[in-house]
Amino acid sequence: MEVITSKLKRCVLLAASGRIDSSTAPQLQNAINEVTDEGNFKLVLDMTNVEFISSAGLWVLVNAQKKCKRFNRGGVVLTGLSKRLHDALDLAGFIPYFKNFDNPTQAVGSF
Amino acid sequence: MITMAFPGRFSSLDAIRNFYARAGEQAGLDKDSIADVELAVDEAASNIIGHAYGGEGKGEIECSYRVLPEGLEVIMHDHGKPFDPEEVSPPDLTSDVCCREPGGLGLHFMKSLMDSVEFSFNGHGGNLLTMTKFQKRAVKP
Repeated sequence: MEVITSKLKRCVLLAASGRIDSSTAPQLQNAINEVTDEGNFKLVLDMTNVEFISSAGLWVLVNAQKKCKRFNRGGVVLTGLSKRLHDALDLAGFIPYFKNFDNPTQAVGSF
Repeated sequence: MITMAFPGRFSSLDAIRNFYARAGEQAGLDKDSIADVELAVDEAASNIIGHAYGGEGKGEIECSYRVLPEGLEVIMHDHGKPFDPEEVSPPDLTSDVCCREPGGLGLHFMKSLMDSVEFSFNGHGGNLLTMTKFQKRAVKP
């Protein structure tokens, strides 16, 4: 699991790749914490290269959303969800919590 | 029956998923069904490590499978605390994001992704989890 963080003008883009399970979810959590600790609460999570996500990974997304939503106009939006990732979010009942965009440009433009 | 024991650590999850993905191929499951099995066994093993053993490095997870004529039988055995699925309340899938608390999704995922999920606890023998995934039948016109 890897996360590449790009700080943009209006938001921060985090591109995750690999498998997010109970073993690797803390890495994603740390990457998000680094960004929010610096006062950035508008996040785009690009999931295009994520091959697998378990409930442990899904909770990282939800906790990030909870944290970012507390700030004015803050939030986490998603892009690049495969059908499998979408199905996992759906199974967890997490779909309503995230705006989901077809590509990173649209996701970044939403802020 | 094929059996392999894995250390009860989260770093074993990748190998456990791969073990059962290969089993799913042997059992003639399609790609989507194999992905379902991978997610279900990941959730099961994570629960064993986190709840039955109460942390990493406390015991092994014995992973077995049997290829059935109509699919795959997954058997996972641990020597941790007894697990009673009746004591697990169903997850709250509808609350607002602010009110959702982490945890509680593993069993829900397993039951949703697999065709059957059964738990048994036999004293000194520990917890035995048996799950099956059937091949998708060809849709008749």
